[in-house]
Amino acid sequence: MGNSESTFWRVIDYFQNNIDWILELTVEHVVLVGSAIIVAILIGVPLGIYLTTNEQLASTVLNIAGVIMTIPSIALFGIMVPIFAVINQGIGFVPAFVALILYSQLPIIRNTYTAIHNVNPQIRDAAYGVGMNTWQRLFKVEIPNTIPVIMAGVRTAVVLNIGIGVIAAFIGAGGLGILISQGITRGYHEMIISGAIAISILGITADLFLRFLQRLLTPKGIS
Amino acid sequence: MGKNVVTWTVRVIVYIGLLAFFIWVFSNSYLNHLVENFEEFLVLLRQHIQLVALSSFLAIAVAVPSAILVTRPQFQRFEGVVSTVVNFGYTIPNMAILALMMGIMGIGFQTAVVALFIYSILPIFRNTLAGIQSVNSNLIDSAKGMGFKPYQILFKVELPNAAYSIIAGIRTAVVINIGATALAYLIGGGGLGNWIFVGINVFDNSILISGALPITILAITVDLFLRLLERKVVPRGARPSTR
Amino acid sequence: MIQYKNVTKVYGEDVTAVDQVSLDVNEGEIVVLLGPSGCGKTTLLRMVNGLESVTDGDITFNGESIKDLNEIELRRKIGYVIQSNGLFPNMTIEQNVTVVPTLLGWSKEDKKKRYEELMELVGLDAEDYRKRYPHELSGGQQQRIGVIRALAADPPAMLMDEPFGALDPIIRERVQDEFLAIQRELNKTILFVSHDIDEAIKMGDKIALMKDGQLMQYDKPSQILQNPANDFVAQFVGKDRMVKSLTIHRIEQLMERYDLLVSSIEKGEIATVSKSSNLRDVLSYILESKQQAVHVVDENDEVIGQVDFALVNQYMIDLADSNEPVVNP
Repeated sequence: MGNSESTFWRVIDYFQNNIDWILELTVEHVVLVGSAIIVAILIGVPLGIYLTTNEQLASTVLNIAGVIMTIPSIALFGIMVPIFAVINQGIGFVPAFVALILYSQLPIIRNTYTAIHNVNPQIRDAAYGVGMNTWQRLFKVEIPNTIPVIMAGVRTAVVLNIGIGVIAAFIGAGGLGILISQGITRGYHEMIISGAIAISILGITADLFLRFLQRLLTPKGIS
Repeated sequence: MGKNVVTWTVRVIVYIGLLAFFIWVFSNSYLNHLVENFEEFLVLLRQHIQLVALSSFLAIAVAVPSAILVTRPQFQRFEGVVSTVVNFGYTIPNMAILALMMGIMGIGFQTAVVALFIYSILPIFRNTLAGIQSVNSNLIDSAKGMGFKPYQILFKVELPNAAYSIIAGIRTAVVINIGATALAYLIGGGGLGNWIFVGINVFDNSILISGALPITILAITVDLFLRLLERKVVPRGARPSTR
Repeated sequence: MIQYKNVTKVYGEDVTAVDQVSLDVNEGEIVVLLGPSGCGKTTLLRMVNGLESVTDGDITFNGESIKDLNEIELRRKIGYVIQSNGLFPNMTIEQNVTVVPTLLGWSKEDKKKRYEELMELVGLDAEDYRKRYPHELSGGQQQRIGVIRALAADPPAMLMDEPFGALDPIIRERVQDEFLAIQRELNKTILFVSHDIDEAIKMGDKIALMKDGQLMQYDKPSQILQNPANDFVAQFVGKDRMVKSLTIHRIEQLMERYDLLVSSIEKGEIATVSKSSNLRDVLSYILESKQQAVHVVDENDEVIGQVDFALVNQYMIDLADSNEPVVNP
C-alpha cells in the first residue's frame, strides 16, 4: 500500500475529487441521526419525567433500556432486518431509524430521570411555597435546573448514534458508512480512510456543537 | 395500586414481545443454520471470544496503569492533556477506528486486535481516572497522617475505593468490544460477525439470525457476569449506593 | 514533648500562613490551637507530622528535630484525627481501627485484642461492629471510631484537627466528655485544632490563640479569659468571658478555698448539684431557684452544704486577684 506519506496525499486527493458526494453522504448521515434523536427526545424526556413519579416502573424501564444498550448494534440490525422484512422494510432507512431511537433511550431517559429526581428538595418546596402548580413547577423550576444533565444525555446519544449510523450503511441506510462499506468491498484504502476521517470530524463537530448548545440553553446561574 | 398495574403491564408486554420473537424465530426455523453448521459456529465463537479477550486484556493492562500514573503527583500536570485526548477519542466511532487501522495495517487478525484494543482503552481509562479522582481527599490525608507509604495509599485506599468505577469501566469496554468484534469480520478478524454480514449480503434470514442472536446472548451474559463480579470484588462499604 | 521554635510557613512567594510561632507542648497536656478560619492553626498542626513542610524555624518531637526523623515512622508514632473522621469506606470497622497496627506488622491476636480493648474504651460492642462498614454508623459513632483508630498503636502524641466539628451540639458535648474521660486515663500529649472558644475552654489545658499566622496568646484557659493579652483576644473570647470562665471551675475547687454554707432548707426544695458540677451550671440553677441557692451532695446523695450567688461571686473575685499569669517559655 506504499509509504504513508503518499497514502496521505492520495487521501487528500480523494477528498478533493469527491467532496460533493462526501457532503451528500454527510447530510444523509445527519438526517438519519438527527431525525432519530428528535423522536428519541420526544419519547425519552417525557418518559424520564413521568418515571420520577413511579419508582417501580422506573427501575423496570431503566433495566430494559440497559439491556437494549448491551445488544451489539450490528446484531440488533441483524435481528431487525428480518422483522421489518415482514412489512417490506427490511433493508434501508426504517430498521436503522428504529434502532437509533432504541439506543438513544437509555442515556436520555436515565439522565432526565436522575436529574429531575435529584432536584434539590428545598428548591421544589420553595416552588410550592410561592404558589406554583405542578406544571409551573416542572417548566419554570425543574426543567431549567436540569438542562445541563438532560443535554449531557442527549449529547451521549448523538455521539453514540453517529457511530451506529456508520454501521447502518451495511443494511442500506446510507450515510458516511457507505464510504467504508464500499471501500472494504472494493479494497479501496483511500476511500476507507476518507470515510473514517469524515466520520470522526462529524462526531467531534457534533459533540462541540452540542456543548455549545448546552451552554446556550442553560440559564445563567446554573453551573 | 394504579402505579403497580402500569409497571406490570409494561413487564408483561416485554415478556410477550420476547416470547413472540422466539416463537417467530423457531416457527421459521431461523436457527437451522446454526444447528446444521454447529462445528463452524464453535470455530466462529472461539475466534470471537479470542478477539474480545485478547484486546480487552491488553486494554486493561495499558489503561489502568496509565490512569494510575497520571493521578500521581509527579505526573499530574499531564492529566488535563490526556483526559482531553481521551474525551475526543470517545467521539470517534469504533467503525472509523477499525477502518483506519485497516487502512494502515491491512486486513487480518492482528489489525482487528489492535483496533479493538485502542477502542477499549478509552472507557477503562476514563472510569479508572474518575474512580481514583473521586476518592475523598480526606481519606488520602488521613492515610498520609497515619504513616501510609505512597504505594500503600494506592493499594489500600485509592484502588479499593475506586474499584467499583474501574470494574464498571471494564464491563462497558468488554460489552462494547463484543459488539465491535462483530464488525471485525469486515477487516478479516473472523468471529460471529461473519454470519451476520453474509446473511445481509445474501438476504438469508437464517444465517443472519444464527449470527445475531448468539452475539446478543453473549453480550448480555457477559454483562451480567461482570455485574456479579462487581458485587463479589468490591467491598460493601465502597459501593456507590452506600456512600 | 512537642516544641515549635520560631516556626514560619510561607506558601508560594509571599503568603505567610504561620509567622514566627514558638510554643511548647508538655507531655500529657491538651493544647488547643484556637482561632478564626485562615489563622494558620491547621497548618501549624499539620507541620508536626510533615503533612506541611516547615519554611523556617524548627519543630522538635521528644527533643529531636522532625527534619532528622523518618517521616513515615514519625507519623506512625503520632495519632491523627480529622474532622470528617477519614474512616476508609472500603474497610470494616475492625480493619479501620487496626490499620496502623497492621502497617506496623502486629500479629492477628494482638490486633484483635487491641480492637476489643479500644471498643470497650468508647463503650461500643466489639462483636456487633466488627464486620460492619463506616457508612452503617452514625456520625457520633464514626467519630469515636476515628479517635480510637488514632489511639490504636498507643502513640504518645495525637494531632486532632477539629475532630468533633461535624457533630451536632448534643452529640458533640457527649463525645467531648467521653474523650476527656479517656484522656484522664491515658495522659496523651495532644494538639487539638478548634475554632470554637467554648470547646477550647472545655478541652484545653492550654490554649494557643492565633490570628493571621501569629500567636496572640498562649496560656491556661482561665488566664485567657481573665487576662486577655490584647484587644483581639478579648474580642475573640467575647463579652461574656466571665460567664465562660465559670465553665472551667468546679464546686470541688471552690470547696478548696471556702467552706460550703450550712443549709437550713429541706432537701428537695432546691436543686441539687454534685461536687464535680461546673460553676456555670451551678449559677444557672441558683438564678432559677426562689431561695437563690443550690444544695451540694456527695457521692451518697447526702446534702453536704449549700452554695449561693454571693459565694460564687466571692470565689471569682478572689481568683482574678490571686491568679498569676502563666509564664510563656
